[in-house]
Amino acid sequence: MTHDDPTPPPSSSRPLLEICDLNLDFGTPRGRIHALRNVSLDVPAAQVVGIVGESGSGKSTLAYTVMGLLAENADVTAGSILFEGRDLLTMTAQGRRSLLGDRLSMIFQDPMTALNPVRTIESQMIDIQHHEQGSRSEKRARAVDMLHRVGIPDPKNRLGAYPHQFSGGMRQRVCIAMALLVKPALLVADEPTTALDATLEVQIIHLLKDLQKEIGCSILFVSHHLGAVAELCDRVAVMYAGEVVEQGAVRDIFRNPAHPYTRALLECDPGRIRKSTRTLPTIPGEVPSLLGAKVGCIFRTRCQHAFDRCVQENPVEYRIGVDQVARCHLLGQERLVSA
Amino acid sequence: MVSFEADTPEINDAIDTGAFGAFLRQLCKNRLGTLGGVLVVLIAAIAVLAPLIVTHDPIQIMVGPRLAAPSLDFLLGTDQLGRDTFSRVIMGGRIPLLVAFASLGGALAVGVVLGLIAGFGPRWLDNLLLLIFDTIRSFPSIIFALAIIALLGPSLVNIILVIAITCMPGYARVARTQAQALQSSEYIAAERSMGAGTTRILAVHVLPNVIGPLVILVSMDVPAVIATSAGLSFLGMGVRPPTPDWGAILNDGYSYINQTPWIVIAGGIPIILATLGFTFLGEALRDMFDPKLRKDL
Repeated sequence: MTHDDPTPPPSSSRPLLEICDLNLDFGTPRGRIHALRNVSLDVPAAQVVGIVGESGSGKSTLAYTVMGLLAENADVTAGSILFEGRDLLTMTAQGRRSLLGDRLSMIFQDPMTALNPVRTIESQMIDIQHHEQGSRSEKRARAVDMLHRVGIPDPKNRLGAYPHQFSGGMRQRVCIAMALLVKPALLVADEPTTALDATLEVQIIHLLKDLQKEIGCSILFVSHHLGAVAELCDRVAVMYAGEVVEQGAVRDIFRNPAHPYTRALLECDPGRIRKSTRTLPTIPGEVPSLLGAKVGCIFRTRCQHAFDRCVQENPVEYRIGVDQVARCHLLGQERLVSA
Repeated sequence: MVSFEADTPEINDAIDTGAFGAFLRQLCKNRLGTLGGVLVVLIAAIAVLAPLIVTHDPIQIMVGPRLAAPSLDFLLGTDQLGRDTFSRVIMGGRIPLLVAFASLGGALAVGVVLGLIAGFGPRWLDNLLLLIFDTIRSFPSIIFALAIIALLGPSLVNIILVIAITCMPGYARVARTQAQALQSSEYIAAERSMGAGTTRILAVHVLPNVIGPLVILVSMDVPAVIATSAGLSFLGMGVRPPTPDWGAILNDGYSYINQTPWIVIAGGIPIILATLGFTFLGEALRDMFDPKLRKDL
């Protein structure tokens, strides 16, 4: 736990996005589902932060909360989301909308459904720039330029096409072009490569990385693919059942996972298995129901190392190394971050 | 996805040669659709150019003898007041067509707006609007029309109003269902993520997706409305005499069906032709736009 920190030391200025102690419930006929519990996460300026976890861990819910796209039955019960120092959760709908598509933009999971099928790419890309100055032809020129940068061949002629005339990978490129066209400070990418095949996934990841460096924006990258996160992200947060169980610099988390869930997740990644095996490892058990109040560590039912304390008490964040925290009682001997 | 891939050359073609040209070529492949289209264009042209076609003043009584048989002077004979039936038939198409387009246009406009509000609005508003739609639809339309006209008195505006009210809920329900399906679609979320307001989303993104099926629905409703309009006239609840109208001609003629059957025939055939024409056209449009019914792709 004592190795050189490869990432630049965290700057003293505030992070671009600060999620503090966020709690979110979904009201359902069967009761309240505590979909996010005590989630704290920072996205520093010009950095890529990954969120990983299995299905239903609350990754996408977190992304949707930041963008204000939650369903009507969602209810933020505590916490704040500070973007450039202003709380997104308390500002007016009008104020929030003026940030969307200007300082904040988003890429969605399924490029097949993220574009309006009855409108041309051109009209959608010009519409996107409604916060920007400039004439229609200037906006069109910007759209052509951005399509060119995301690798759409012959963008001038493709601009008039409809979404169905593009393949899946091309559509995701168009979606990325649209999201970056507004030069956002923060791009929220909700599993942007999940619906694509493996070769395309690598291309899209590299494209995102290049454009992120070029534009200098931050990215909140939601994925269940550890390889994609390792490739693209500077920092990573591991989510399990609505909690961030561990977070830190990508290199620390991947080399030195502290939480048993992170370790299990890494062991299940086919890309990291050295010896040839006929069966892929899995994490036994399933994600617990999030209905009702929970006491104790949420991962204890699947954890090999669970002991008495895990049942009685919610683990707090323990600091490991310089820039890595994990919620696990096994780390109780380490220095306490918060009590 | 397979169907999308298969559509691509067809749609490329449509874009290259102009969407309307491709639409006409597609329509010509369907024989009944072509026949329907020709009939509709012909009937519409006759209605528009009617004053130039008529051989006599259609409301002038005693231009000839009463109940005269067809002759060169009176192509379809005369009615019991000595009016020229041919001229009345030619002019008589204007009222049903006007009723059809005005009432269905109004019903479409109001129905789409209410349907989108129901689909995107709060749950209570949705339920309230649905209750209203279903209440209107639960009446048989001709009975509902008779009740309203008995209340308000027969006039062209009232007929249009009544038919618009009875047709509106059907369009509103289709628009509502489509809007609800779209509301959870990712590109609407994408649009919201870009800061678009609800009004903008509805007008720019939902409306174009909803309007296609509705236009087909309207074209299939035109014959029903022409029949209703004629039916109301026949029952004496339509336009007031002496305005020429197909239904009114039937009403005038049926008392003399034994002596002079040509009056009823002259009034009935245009109703049949118009109804058939719009039905064929509507069905062809439905087949063209419904991918499940496309055979040639």
